[in-house]
Amino acid sequence: MSVSINVENVIKKYGENVVIPDLSVEIKNGEFFTLLGPSGCGKTTLLRMIAGFNTIEGGTIKFDDTVINDIAAHKRNIGMVFQNYAIFPHLTVRQNVEYGLKLRKLSKVDMKERTDKILEVVKITAYQERLPEKLSGGQQQRVALARAIVIHPSVLLMDEPLSNLDAKLRVEMRSAIRDVQKKVGITTVYVTHDQEEALAISDRIAVMKDGVIQQIGKPHHIYERPTNIFVSTFIGHSNLFEGVLYINEQGSYITFQNGYKLQMPNNLSKEMTQKPIIISVRPEEFSIDPKGLLVKIKSRTFLGKYVNYELEFAEGMIKTGQSTIEFSQDIGHAEKTYEVGEEIRLAPNPNKINIFTQDGSRNLMGEAKLYE
Amino acid sequence: MNKRQYKLDFWSLTTWVIMGVFVLFMVYPLMSLFISAFKDPTTGVFTLGNFIKFFEKKYYYQSMLNSFSVTICVTLLAIMIGAPLAYFMTSYHIKGKGIIEILVIISMLSPPFIGAYSWVLLGGRSGVITKFLSDLFGVQMPSVYGFGGILLVFTLKLYPFIYLYVSGALKKIDVSLSEAAESLGCNSYRKVITIILPLILPTILAGSLLVFMNALADFGTPMLIGEGYNVMPVLIYSEFISEVGGQANFAAAMATIMVLITALLFIAQKYVVNRKSFTMSSLRPIQAKKISGIKGLCVHAFIYIVILLAIIPQLTVIYTSFLKTKGSMFVPGFSLRSYQTVFKNLGKAIMNTYLYGLIAIIIIIVLGMFIAYISTRRKNILTSAIDSITMFPYIIPGSVLGITLLLAFNKRPLLLSGSFLIIIIAYVIRRLPYTLRSSAAILYQISPSMEESSISLGYSPVRTFFKVTAVMMMPGVLAGAILSWITVINELSASIILYTGNTKTMSVSIYTEVIRASYGTAAALSTILTLTTVISLLVFFKISGNKEINL
Ligand SMILES: Nc1ncnc2c1ncn2[C@@H]1O[C@H](COP(=O)(O)OP(=O)(O)OP(=O)(O)O)[C@@H](O)[C@H]1O
Ligand SMILES: [Mg+2]
Repeated sequence: MSVSINVENVIKKYGENVVIPDLSVEIKNGEFFTLLGPSGCGKTTLLRMIAGFNTIEGGTIKFDDTVINDIAAHKRNIGMVFQNYAIFPHLTVRQNVEYGLKLRKLSKVDMKERTDKILEVVKITAYQERLPEKLSGGQQQRVALARAIVIHPSVLLMDEPLSNLDAKLRVEMRSAIRDVQKKVGITTVYVTHDQEEALAISDRIAVMKDGVIQQIGKPHHIYERPTNIFVSTFIGHSNLFEGVLYINEQGSYITFQNGYKLQMPNNLSKEMTQKPIIISVRPEEFSIDPKGLLVKIKSRTFLGKYVNYELEFAEGMIKTGQSTIEFSQDIGHAEKTYEVGEEIRLAPNPNKINIFTQDGSRNLMGEAKLYE
Repeated sequence: MNKRQYKLDFWSLTTWVIMGVFVLFMVYPLMSLFISAFKDPTTGVFTLGNFIKFFEKKYYYQSMLNSFSVTICVTLLAIMIGAPLAYFMTSYHIKGKGIIEILVIISMLSPPFIGAYSWVLLGGRSGVITKFLSDLFGVQMPSVYGFGGILLVFTLKLYPFIYLYVSGALKKIDVSLSEAAESLGCNSYRKVITIILPLILPTILAGSLLVFMNALADFGTPMLIGEGYNVMPVLIYSEFISEVGGQANFAAAMATIMVLITALLFIAQKYVVNRKSFTMSSLRPIQAKKISGIKGLCVHAFIYIVILLAIIPQLTVIYTSFLKTKGSMFVPGFSLRSYQTVFKNLGKAIMNTYLYGLIAIIIIIVLGMFIAYISTRRKNILTSAIDSITMFPYIIPGSVLGITLLLAFNKRPLLLSGSFLIIIIAYVIRRLPYTLRSSAAILYQISPSMEESSISLGYSPVRTFFKVTAVMMMPGVLAGAILSWITVINELSASIILYTGNTKTMSVSIYTEVIRASYGTAAALSTILTLTTVISLLVFFKISGNKEINL
């Protein structure tokens, strides 16, 4: 049955190259847990350590209270879904699904029952006698999923299972995966570098960079209160401004480089007063306000529900090295839209924006949590 | 590193067993050959005497020069025939293309000594054409014996290598390159010279080295048709045979020189293939164009003449096998006498061929799959050593291998000489590479995640190999195994040295029958052999699904 996974201080090296220096994470029983991060950050490596296909150079991995470091991959009772599905081409859909069950000493009747049920759950009953080559990508994906969960694995591991599908199918399959996972109630570790997918599907997300976990939390929390600038810019778009934080008896406020002042909620730590900071504003956290910051519109993109404007600020206001500064205007509530070249005034929403230490390593808003 | 890895699992055991087998049957014999080359025949002390003798006496070193002159000429001729043939077949609509492709492959895979033998039948001293010309016109036909004959037979047998290599390369040239040249105002000759030729030059070079190596190592052809024209493999053979019972050190020294030469060529070939710098993959391969008029006529004539010449030996042999014979003489009329004689007197040879071939193929398949697996999926020092040893057959000419095995296994406790086992060992060593290469090729196409998913479903790595990997490898393995099979049953160079009365095979019998001038029975045997080859080839095409062959 389903288990919790405890990863404690694990180390992964390829030769001299340390890919994961020291990583700990606790994945709860029945949870949908996602590893998210840029290419090469070690997501696949960690997943394959849990699966038993990579050696572990230090630390322990436990399923509940059992250390599994030295248990061979085929004895770990794991369901795995691969990026390329890895469906056996010489077996029919049904035979593929039954393949893992054959080892599990079931009576003929039980086996048939379990197979039928899972084919039903992933909606491939109609194709069960076909050979895999005659299936579409989405259907193959379903077979792979069925084959992995029919054995009632302790955990389900998926490495970018949707990356070979087209955009529309990806959205469809991700809710299918989510539904099936909840129905079966199995601990799932899911790897992706698609942040939208991660936000949509996960109970919790671990954001990784260079083999180190940056933040673990619920999707909305990671989006709203990222712990550092890497997370804030990797997940969703963030506009970064240079600024200074002031805290006194009347409360706390921040100033932008042009002197624009913004009153902040009262949960900032005192010792940071008069320190330079980075202000992070998401495109939807601006609103039109006659008393706001003056900006010029550089270009606009119509996106249906939103209009996305690319903005131009006065010299020195923004942190260098950003590709674009954006404002997205919700058309449902907008009085008018603006044209390229127009100047408008925008005010950031102090309850939503985040402020970071100048090096970007720490979120100064009290609610931001590293591990949740 | 994980402790688990150091335990002796199934695959490390397999690796060690294979290593053991290789050391015993390849490394050890070859080393003893080299060592014996450096020993004095009478005193047994180490010396360079054998080599000095070789380079001092004209009779000996002349054979090397002869070998080189004939091989160089063969290679040039093979290029001159094979490359244009490939170009024409790719860029023009040729009538009967499908059949031509099959005929080319048949002429390549049938044993060269059959070619030699049927050219003797046709143009030899009492050959059909010779008689015809001298009876009718009193014209003396140029001799098919000696240099010219060897050249003829080798060229017709080996140009397909160039043809296949170049065809492969031409298929990878995108038509846009050729169109670009045309749009820049190149006429078609300039286009070929300035664009196509440079692109396929590395391929031609790689193919030529292969031709060169094959021509250098072949033994049956110069033996049958060379007469006074001594080449190295023949000399090694006759020195060795004449010394049996005594010391074979001198033959060993010659064999060593030979292995050295082929090894150099092999390394050169690898180098060229690896450096083939143009990695092209064409989205739109060159489309065959219609060709007509004088040009079309010439192109077709060229192709048909080449193919006809290459296939004549097979036809001659089949025709001859149905001629009426009296003793070993042909008399007018047709009959099945030759076949009756064959089945009565040489049935054992036919049985032996199939039996030994079958046993060898089973061993080859097992070894081929396991070695392919460990050297692609379990890479370590030992498996790469095994991988290198599997290259040995490419550099050891068949006759040298025969001598090597005979020298190594003629004493207790390793007494194998004279038994059928030693022939099977020779078969396996020489023909394993075909199966191995095509097994490895298909394995590279099977994603490791196939195995991992089976393992994650609870199957141990070993069971996974048999249930998933092996099954998925099968098409590649079988395609390779058929090539191995075809070349096993046609093997002569090693078996001629290893056979005894009881372990004669078809190819050996054909050879001995020809030597005894029993042309009828030789022809009948050859026909049976050719038929088996053709059927196997058709099965190969069926399995591999295309008409491409990779040697
Ligand atoms: N077998 C290997 N040998 C050496 N280095 C490796 C090996 N496999 C992975 N690496 C290295 O480990 C690092 C992490 O790789 P990993 O495959 O885990 O990244 P990832 O987060 O899954 O990336 P992606 O999103 O591109 O799949 C990379 O720098 C990679 O180069
Ligand atoms: Mg990955």
